[in-house]
Amino acid sequence: MTILTASAATPAKRHHAALRAKRIVGRVLIYGALIVWAFICLFPIYWTVTTSFKSAVDVTQGHLIPWLDFQPDWKGWRSLGLSPDTILGTSNPREEFMSRFGNSIVTSVGASLLALVLGSLAAYGLSRFRYKFAWMRNDDILFFFMSQLILPPVVLALPFLVLYKALALLDTRFGLILLYTLTVLPIVIWIMRDQFNAIPVELDEAAFVDGLSVWGAFIRIILPLAVPGMVAAFILSLVLCWNEYFFAALLTSTDAKTLPVMVASQTGSQGINWWSMAALSTAAIAPLVVAGIFLERYIVSGLTAGAGK
Amino acid sequence: MHQSLPIADDRHRKNARQRARQANLGRVLFLIASLAFVVVLLIQVLHASGAIATGFSDWRPVLYVYLVWGITFGLRQVLLHGERGWRALFLLPAVLFTVAVVIFPTLFGFYIASLDWNLSSLDGPRFYGLGNIIGLFHDTYYWNALRNMVFYTLAVLGEYAVAFGLALLLNADIRGRKFFRIVFLLPMMLSPVAVSWMIGKSLLEYRFGPAATLARNLGWDNPAFFASPWIARLSIEAMDAWVSIPFIMIILLAGLQAMPKEVLEAAKVDGANGWQSFWHVTFPLMLPVSITVLIIRIIFKLKLADIVINVTAGGPGGATDTVSSFIYRVYRDRSNVGYGTGLAMFYLLLIIVLLSLLMRLSHRWTQKVT
Repeated sequence: MTILTASAATPAKRHHAALRAKRIVGRVLIYGALIVWAFICLFPIYWTVTTSFKSAVDVTQGHLIPWLDFQPDWKGWRSLGLSPDTILGTSNPREEFMSRFGNSIVTSVGASLLALVLGSLAAYGLSRFRYKFAWMRNDDILFFFMSQLILPPVVLALPFLVLYKALALLDTRFGLILLYTLTVLPIVIWIMRDQFNAIPVELDEAAFVDGLSVWGAFIRIILPLAVPGMVAAFILSLVLCWNEYFFAALLTSTDAKTLPVMVASQTGSQGINWWSMAALSTAAIAPLVVAGIFLERYIVSGLTAGAGK
Repeated sequence: MHQSLPIADDRHRKNARQRARQANLGRVLFLIASLAFVVVLLIQVLHASGAIATGFSDWRPVLYVYLVWGITFGLRQVLLHGERGWRALFLLPAVLFTVAVVIFPTLFGFYIASLDWNLSSLDGPRFYGLGNIIGLFHDTYYWNALRNMVFYTLAVLGEYAVAFGLALLLNADIRGRKFFRIVFLLPMMLSPVAVSWMIGKSLLEYRFGPAATLARNLGWDNPAFFASPWIARLSIEAMDAWVSIPFIMIILLAGLQAMPKEVLEAAKVDGANGWQSFWHVTFPLMLPVSITVLIIRIIFKLKLADIVINVTAGGPGGATDTVSSFIYRVYRDRSNVGYGTGLAMFYLLLIIVLLSLLMRLSHRWTQKVT
């Protein structure tokens, strides 16, 4: 009897140990894969940020770790006029950079706001009322808005070039804002419709009973509840507009150039100034990296609007 | 009770009269605005064609009258239809905006596509009919770009596989999930132009880019990432994948998190191992989300241009060209507006056909599986 139990216990223990080993191997594999991909995601950013502090020798010898491998220096930032010793003086590159930076902010914020207003209104209408416009019903109208997404920028770019020339909107921020609004409007409508659908209709009805009009109910009751969705839509639009290059490259020349166009125009010149390019790229991506770190929740909720249903 | 009836009737009549007056006001206002729109448009067309001397220096007034016309159109809806008009007001701004900024330019684009118009040549646009479209059938570079698009589009499946793996990792029982999620999301935030420099021109630099150094150490003694056609294409695709995998991953992760836990537990009770429960339970349940995200991703992939323009400009020998980057060069280098637009319009038609096919197929497929 005792022999029997002993022999039964050992395989069980061995089985248990095998399971544990398997679990540990699984853990190691999972964390290994996570760390490898995290490295793939972070290394290009790390490389760019550190390169902006390198001198030519450090770049060509492929030095990687500051203070250990190379002595960091404000070289890249000095060439942009943004290093501590040049920030107070006058600097042409800095002025150019600041004007491009300003253009990027104005166009992306302006377009995101305009798209948010137009898109929220349309999304609320589509989520609450039934429209009939010729043969089009709500679903068709929604499809009409969403189908703008498939238009490749090249289709619109050249007509817009000709039209904007006629309208004297070429190389203006307002012209870019109109175009960017158009590119993000379908996304805003999609996110906001999802958001409004999640708010119970009973709230609207209660507001009507209290004597509010359709618009009164929308502005006073529903809109405050939809703020999280609006933040998500706004930030996502901001990211898309900030990074847009194609339209900006074709439709701006001197006044309304945005940051991506400036970055792109520097790479063309031969004999790239590594450190200044790195500083420029760092400055161009910094706002969004910061946004990504602190507003990740909103970006994810914006992207996944309607995905789980 | 008896006396209140005539009063109510009177009030009702008064209301009806007032409403009729409002409706008339709405009609008149709208008529005036429409007239103004037509008149301004006519003046400008005549002025531009040289028939009359008076006119505006540019077409901007037309934009302003369109705006005024849109506002009066909304006003008319409210005055004419009351409550229904107020409701229409939610949708109208977006519709009027889209018509002005998409529908009209697209139609205008079809018109430009029918012109033989080179901005750098001295004589202006000339009607060319289908000449541009016929011309593109003999353009080997265009067909080459289309073939490349087939490769880039198929590569979406690879991006999807990697993204699915990452989503599964993030969905596993791990520590520091928030940290990894933020890190994995970061590439999506970066502008493709900055990425083209950061990775394409710097990390993959032939002489001393870290990636090239690593490749040399691994035994590839000539790590030129953009010299031979296939390697160049793969490098471009890798960069685009780096930027866009986070998007697919986030959506798949949301789908995984929305999945009912009981189903997976039931599979475990039935004795399924990890691979089996993934292949027979998780994957089929994720199919609708997967197809949605794949179609969205393909839509965006078909617009791929920024990275190609900035890293290789289509080279070597057009091996990495996308349709968008090719048309960009047709315009930028040759100023051939008519031909470029013709190419773009043909591409748009191809996209529409492809996507409607894809949507119909996926619809039928998901219905068969579920």
